[in-house]
Parts: sequence; C-alpha cells; structure tokens
Amino acid sequence: MEQKKKELLVLEDILGSNKKIAGEIKKKLEKHGILAVNLLSAPGSGKTSLLEKIGLKLKDNYRLGVIEGDIETERDADRIRKIGLPAWQITTHGACHLEARMLAKIFDQIPADLNFLFIENVGNLVCPASFDLGEGLRSVLLSVPEGDDKPKKYPEAFLTSQVLVLTKCDLLPYLPFDTDRVIKEALEINPHLKVFKTSATTGEGLDELCAFLEEELKQRLSQHA
Amino acid sequence: MHELSLVADLFTIIEQQANLAGAKKVTKVVVSVGELSGVVPELFRSAFLSYKKRTIADKARLQLKMVKIKFKCRSCGQEITARNIRDESFSYVCPACGSKDMELVAGRDLYLEKLEIEI
Ligand SMILES: Nc1nc2c(ncn2[C@@H]2O[C@H](COP(=O)(O)OP(=O)(O)OP(=O)(O)O)[C@@H](O)[C@H]2O)c(=O)[nH]1
Ligand SMILES: [Mg+2]
Ligand SMILES: [Zn+2]
Repeated sequence: MEQKKKELLVLEDILGSNKKIAGEIKKKLEKHGILAVNLLSAPGSGKTSLLEKIGLKLKDNYRLGVIEGDIETERDADRIRKIGLPAWQITTHGACHLEARMLAKIFDQIPADLNFLFIENVGNLVCPASFDLGEGLRSVLLSVPEGDDKPKKYPEAFLTSQVLVLTKCDLLPYLPFDTDRVIKEALEINPHLKVFKTSATTGEGLDELCAFLEEELKQRLSQHA
Repeated sequence: MHELSLVADLFTIIEQQANLAGAKKVTKVVVSVGELSGVVPELFRSAFLSYKKRTIADKARLQLKMVKIKFKCRSCGQEITARNIRDESFSYVCPACGSKDMELVAGRDLYLEKLEIEI
C-alpha cells in the first residue's frame, strides 16, 4: 500500500504551555492585589542580600512573601525566614530557570492577602528571561564585580525587565566599573528601564527602591480596583 | 540549557497534532527559532534526536528556521531587522527618525511551524 504524505501547518507556540500558566497566575495575583517581582541575575549578584534588606524595610507596613528558586538546597529560603518573612523554596533539580508550572504547584500555599511577592529566580542571566512567571514587575540585578560590559552581552534580561538594580555599589572605589556606561548601554537596549544604584552592605539606594515598589503597588491597586 | 524540557513540550504538541490528523508517522518537523528565544540550535537538535526514539516521529527530520530579531520604532513605525543583537555595532536607535523607543516585535518566539506526516 502506498503511503500518502501530507503537510500540516501547525503554528503552535512551544513556550505556550508556560505562557498559559503564567497568564493564570497573573490573573490570580491581580485579583488579590499582590505585586509579584521576579528577580533575575547571574549567580551571586546579591539577590538574596537585597531581599533581606528591603524585606526588613517593608515588612512593618506590608505583608511580604518570598519564593526562592534554586537548583538545590533550602539555604536562601532559610535566610529569608531568619528575618521573619514567609519563604517558599522551589528546587529545580538541575533546571536553570523557574517555570510558571513550578510556581503553580505551590501557589495554594501563598496567602491571598500578601502585598508583595518577591520571586528570586535561579542565578542565571540568560534562561530565566525566556520564562514569564506571571509577575507584575521584572527586575534584573547587575553587581559591580561582574563588570560594566554585561548589558550588551546579555540583552535578553535587560530587554524584558522594567527595573535595573545595580548592586554592591560600595565596591565602586575598588573596581574599574563605569556606572555611566552601564546605564547608557542598558537604556539603549531598553529605554524604559528604571535604574537604581544600591548596596546591601551600606544601604545605599534601598529607600529609593522601596519607595518605587510602594508606588508601583499603589498604582496597580487603583488600576485594578 | 533547557532544550530538553522544550523538546518535551514540542513532542506533546506533535503527538496531539499527529493524532488529530490521523497520521501514521511524522516524517518532518519544522520549528522556527527566534534568535532571542534562548534556544541553542545544536542543543535543541541533539535533544530532539534523543527524544524522538519510540515516538510517532522516530524517523522525522528536524528543520530549524532561525528568525531574526526585529524592532519597530514606536515613534515613526519603521521596522529594523537586527543582524546580531550581540554585535557591538548593533544600534537600538531608529535609523529613520533617531528615536530610541524601539519595540521588539520578532525574535523571542519558539514555534512548531509545520509537520510532514504519512497517513
Ligand atoms: N560588598 C558587597 N557584597 C555583597 C553585597 N550584596 C551581597 N554581597 C555578597 O555577595 C555574595 C552573594 O550574595 P547573595 O545575596 O547570596 O547573592 P545571590 O544573587 O542571592 O546568589 P545566588 O542565589 O546563589 O544566585 C555574598 O557573599 C554577599 O555577602 C553588597 O551590597 N556589597
Ligand atoms: Mg540567592
Ligand atoms: Zn523612528
């Protein structure tokens, strides 16, 4: 018997299952008035340190929660619990980024009355940028020791974020890091980026960052009210 | 480095579509890969080769169509195709009006475009 060949036009998004779940998470977050902030950076740029510091600043006036994405261990979630905040650890067992379905699995544990839900992604400046988690804000961190050439080398994270946080700025006197160059190149990739210069060690820039987050929360609440 | 999980999602779609069409075999798979999709073509291909065994697409060829990054100017509407976004000389400035307000309109997606099947 002769085989009949046929061409089938499909046009289906392979990232579609992630986008669909992310969309559902986004809807739930908006319904509850929770501002979720997805933090992207290379390993060790200071994501957990920043969350510890801004967590302490925000926790008296807001209800906060933190999701920690790591390849292995509960270490980052333990650090967050130590400052008195609820934290949920997602261990990806090898996967280099968080996916919306991983969040969906633990979503029932997240109290509906939170104001801010911080999501620390797996340390990786490339892959997490391709996976929407339903967050309201995406923020990319770049630490001074990583060097000032990074935005153009890793454009995905900068293109898809709304916030750029320069971290470890206390180290600027010791390292050849041209802050103006970084900001210029990051804004060339994405002129809508809101930039903050911070240090978790000295506390520089953290009040400004918190004020921005509070304002974003306020605006979203009035939009969805 | 997450090509294997993407290929798993791809095969879910392939099997659904092949079943719907009453296919006996899938002989060719055409995927369009945006240059900013985060997918490394070689890794995607080798993940595909190891995954396809014992599926309806076990003999299928994989064709990857690379999709260039395209920006559209929010001020004047001009579209520019980027040769390589990591190229030092790549400019995010609109060549027509000088605006820096460029919107990414292509290059992030990963699509199953076509299947060739035997029925
Ligand atoms: N000098 C200085 N060091 C910092 C600062 N913030 C963090 N560090 C140090 O940088 C290292 C990594 O910080 P973490 O907060 O664990 O970084 P991370 O991004 O959460 O790391 P991963 O979760 O492993 O990707 C630690 O040794 C911190 O003490 C800072 O503002 N200044
Ligand atoms: Mg951490
Ligand atoms: Zn223009």
